Amino acid sequence: MTVLARGGRPPRNLPGGPALRRAGLAVVLLAACGFPLVFTNQQVASIGVDTLIFVTAAAAWNVFSGFSGYISLGHAVFFGSGAYAAGVAARDWHITGPAEFALLPLAAVVAAAIAVPFGLVALRVRRHTFVVITIAIFFIFQLMAFNLSFTGGTIGLNAPFLLWGPVAFNQRFFYIALAIAVATIGLSWLIRRSRFGLQLRAIRDDEDRASGLGVRAMPVKLAAFVISAFVTGMIGAVWFFFIGQVQPQTGFDPIFDLTVALMAFLGGLGTAAGPVLGALILEPAQQYLTQQVSNSYLSQILLGAVFLLVILLLPRGLIPTAGEKITSWQARRRQAVAARSSDEAVLAAPDRLGADQRPRGGVR
Amino acid sequence: MTASRGDPRGRPPGTAPRGERRGGLSGPVLLRAEGVAKAFGGVQALDGCTVDVTRGSITGLIGPNGSGKTTLFNVITGYERPDSGDVYLDGRKITNARPQQVFAAGIGRTFQLTRIFPRLTVMENMLVAAQHTGLRVRNPLARAGGPADRRRAMELLEFTGIASHAGALAETLSYGQRKLLELAYVLVADPAIVLLDEPAGGVNPSLIHHITGRIRELNAAGKTFLIVEHNMDFVMGLCGHIAVLDYGTVVATGPPEIIREDPRVLDAYLGMAEDDDDAAER
Repeated sequence: MTVLARGGRPPRNLPGGPALRRAGLAVVLLAACGFPLVFTNQQVASIGVDTLIFVTAAAAWNVFSGFSGYISLGHAVFFGSGAYAAGVAARDWHITGPAEFALLPLAAVVAAAIAVPFGLVALRVRRHTFVVITIAIFFIFQLMAFNLSFTGGTIGLNAPFLLWGPVAFNQRFFYIALAIAVATIGLSWLIRRSRFGLQLRAIRDDEDRASGLGVRAMPVKLAAFVISAFVTGMIGAVWFFFIGQVQPQTGFDPIFDLTVALMAFLGGLGTAAGPVLGALILEPAQQYLTQQVSNSYLSQILLGAVFLLVILLLPRGLIPTAGEKITSWQARRRQAVAARSSDEAVLAAPDRLGADQRPRGGVR
Repeated sequence: MTASRGDPRGRPPGTAPRGERRGGLSGPVLLRAEGVAKAFGGVQALDGCTVDVTRGSITGLIGPNGSGKTTLFNVITGYERPDSGDVYLDGRKITNARPQQVFAAGIGRTFQLTRIFPRLTVMENMLVAAQHTGLRVRNPLARAGGPADRRRAMELLEFTGIASHAGALAETLSYGQRKLLELAYVLVADPAIVLLDEPAGGVNPSLIHHITGRIRELNAAGKTFLIVEHNMDFVMGLCGHIAVLDYGTVVATGPPEIIREDPRVLDAYLGMAEDDDDAAER
C-alpha cells in the first residue's frame, strides 16, 4: 500500500512518458486527417463526420457534466438551438452556399445565451433533481420548436444548399468537424488541469466542502455549463448543415442526450480522453447498425443494453479502469523487484535489514 | 495523552498571557458568536449561545451529544443561517455570510466526519483551498497551482506528515491520514482561526499525540483554534480556555481546571459519562 501510494502517479492517468503520449497523439491526429482521403466510400465517410460530431458533443458534455458531476440530460437543448439558430438566421438573412459557416459562432452564442437562464434555474438543485429539471427543460424546448411561429413547426428548417460534389462534401465536413473536435478536446484538457477545472472537480466530489474552502460554486458551475453549451450549439449547427435539415424531434432528440452521456460513461466520466474514446466506439457502431439493419430501433435497444452493461461492469469507464489495472500491474512488478533485491540484501548483510526496510514516517 | 501535563496549561509560548483565564472576555476577541439561536423544527439546537475566542488561544467547546456544538460551527462558517444572533470576526460582522466568504474572511474549518475530495490527488486537495487568494484576474486556463502554491502545499503536507502521499488519490488514504489532510488543506490559505470538529475522533492514541503536537506548534506560531472534541484528555490537555454547551446555551466557561470542578459541567456532561473513552460515542 505504501509502495503504491509512494509511486506518486495518480492511477487515473494512462501510463507512459510525455514523449510517448505526444507521439501517440500525433499518430491519432494523422490517422484522423488521412481518414477521408483513404475512405472515399460515401457511407463510411458520412459515418466519419457523424462520429466527429459526437466526439465534440461528448467532449463538450463532459466539460460540464463529467467535471462537475452534474449529469445533464438536457444538452440536446443546446444542440437543437444551435441548429435552429443557424437555420433561422440563414433563412431570414438569405444566406446561401458556404457562407453559412459564418453562422457557426452565432449558433454557439445563442446556445450559450440559453444556457445562462437554464443554468441559473437548474443549477440550484443537485443530483437527481438536477437531472429531472434538465429533462423537463429539454421537453419545453422541443415543444417550442414544434409550436413557435419562426421554427417551421413539424416540417422544420432546411439548410442552405451546398454545391459540393458528394466526395468533397463529406471531406470538407469531415475537416470542419475535425477542427472543432480537436479544439474542443484541447479546451477540455486545458480546463481539466486549470484551477477552474480543479474547482469543478472539487464541486463534483463535495460541493459544500469546496465552498467552505473558498470555491464560488455557482459561478464556476454556470461558467462550465455555458462553455459546454457554446460548443454543443456550434456542433449542432454543423450537424444541421451536414444533414441539410432539422425537425423538432431530430434537433431536440432525447436519444442525443442519452447517447452523449453513455459515450462519456463508457470512456470514463471526467477524464479528457474518455468521452472521445466512448464516441469513437459507439457512434460508428450505431451508424453501422442503422445502415446495415435499416432498423433504428435495434440500435436504440442496443444502446440501452450497453448503458446497463457499462454502469454494472465499468462504472468508472474504460480509461480509468484500464489506468488502474496498469498502475497496479506496475506496482506489483515493482514490489516483486524490490522483494528480490531485498532478498539479496538479506543474504549480503542480514544485520542491516531492519533500519532500511522499515517504512518511514507515514502515519497510517 | 500525557504530553502536556506539567506545562502551564494552554499557554503556548510566545503569546501574551492576557486575562483569558478569567473567562475570555478581557483578551482581544478574534471570533465572537453572540446570542446565536437556531431551531430545526421543534428542536432548539442553539438557544442564545455566546462564545468568545481570544486571539492566539486554543479554545475548547465541549458538551454532550446534541448540545449544539456542530450547529454552532455551521452557523459560524455559513453552512447554517441563525434564527437570531450574530457572528463577528475581528470585530467585523460575518453573520449569514456564505461559506466561501467566511473562508475568505479567515476562518478555516474541518468536519466531524472528515470531508476530503476523494477523487482528487492529495496535492490537488491542497490546491483547491489555495485558490481563494487568486482574486486578481489571471489566465483562467493556466495550470492549477503555481509553484508558490505547490511549495506551500508541500510544506504543509510535510508538516502534517503525509507528504509521501502527495500524488495519490485522496480516497486511498486511511481515516487518520484523511484527518491530517483535512487539517493541512484548511491551513493552506493561512486562516486567522481554525475550527476543528472532533480532530481526535476515531483515531488512535499515537495519531492523537501527533495531531496535538501539530496544533500546539501552530498555536505557538500564532494560530488561533476553536476545537470541538469529546476526548476529555485531549481537550483538557490542549485548551487554555473551555466553553461548555448544554441544550444550546453556554453553561460554563473558564480554564480546564475550573471547568473540571464546575458542578453544572459535571451535571451536564462529565457526570453522565465518567469514563473518558467516549470517542466511541461519535
